[in-house]
Amino acid sequence: MGLFDYFRPPSSSKSAALAKERLQIIVAHERGDRRNSPDYLPTLKKELLEVVRKYVPIDQSQIKVHLDREGGYEILELNITLPEERLSSR
Amino acid sequence: MCRLATVIVVTSGKGGVGKTTTSASFATGLAQRGYRTVVIDFDVGLRNLDLIMGCERRVVYDFINVINNEANLNQALIRDKHVENLYILPASQTRDKDALTKDGVERVLGELKQSFEYIVCDSPAGIERGALMALYFADEALVVTNPEVSSVRDSDRILGILASRSRRAEQGDSPVKEHLVLARYAPERAHRGDMLSVEDVLEILGIPLLGVIPESSTVLQSSNAGVPVILEESSDAGAAYGDLVERFLGKELPQRFVTTQKKGFLKRLFGGS
Repeated sequence: MGLFDYFRPPSSSKSAALAKERLQIIVAHERGDRRNSPDYLPTLKKELLEVVRKYVPIDQSQIKVHLDREGGYEILELNITLPEERLSSR
Repeated sequence: MCRLATVIVVTSGKGGVGKTTTSASFATGLAQRGYRTVVIDFDVGLRNLDLIMGCERRVVYDFINVINNEANLNQALIRDKHVENLYILPASQTRDKDALTKDGVERVLGELKQSFEYIVCDSPAGIERGALMALYFADEALVVTNPEVSSVRDSDRILGILASRSRRAEQGDSPVKEHLVLARYAPERAHRGDMLSVEDVLEILGIPLLGVIPESSTVLQSSNAGVPVILEESSDAGAAYGDLVERFLGKELPQRFVTTQKKGFLKRLFGGS
């Protein structure tokens, strides 16, 4: 603040208010996308893991469950990686 | 060790907001207060924690060497020259982030947990492998944010990743405990309405505030010298980091650097901040 600012009324351009408004909108929008994934997914993944484990020894990282929405329908994608030695021993 | 080690990730999404500065000062502050602390640089390929901590010339082996069993932890850990109880595990400068394997990181963290109380993980920017590995095993997270639109948006994104892609989230454990660190704050600009205020950022992100670090020229001076700014106790930023560490350890302290100071008539007339 210099000499001239002292005689000037306080700035009326409240750009921070604009920033806050824009952020609230975009953040709400992006959170919406993120939280669209149904909350049964983690449990589904856990139970699938238990079933597969009855037959093949796999760990948590070898099972992927993903839900996509495209237009009017949903795609549930399951990806289970089986251990290599299991396959080659057959 | 009677208590289990706590893993804390320092993360942000956006680059250049003060993650490494915060990691260095936070780890130094914990160690100053007597806790055995190690700080790990996860920015493989672009290491910088060593420079900020002033130990760049003492790096022999690094995190990736330990993951690949080319060196053991005792060979790679660098003892901090400023405070007791503090060790630094530098990132590799020559490898890329694919060298960070989940199993490898888990094994190294497991070993560190045997001898340290706090493990601070300095995350790289972005949401790629390095950042994901830095946050995956975290118990708590310091989310470093600047009062600026892109930084706040990226922090929100990182909060989403902490809530969905950390090990705690994947295994259905209690969620990663989140703390906001609002860095490079200029109270007078927020007061004028030119900068998002502490309250604005808190309202948008909705996580508890751990500390506000004021914009300060001392941060650059400290990084020039390779001394974590928390050791500059007489500076605003150093004192703010000191308070932040105390609050993390459970002490209730008011935020000191969030209001404008009244200027004298002459200072207002002739300028200067």
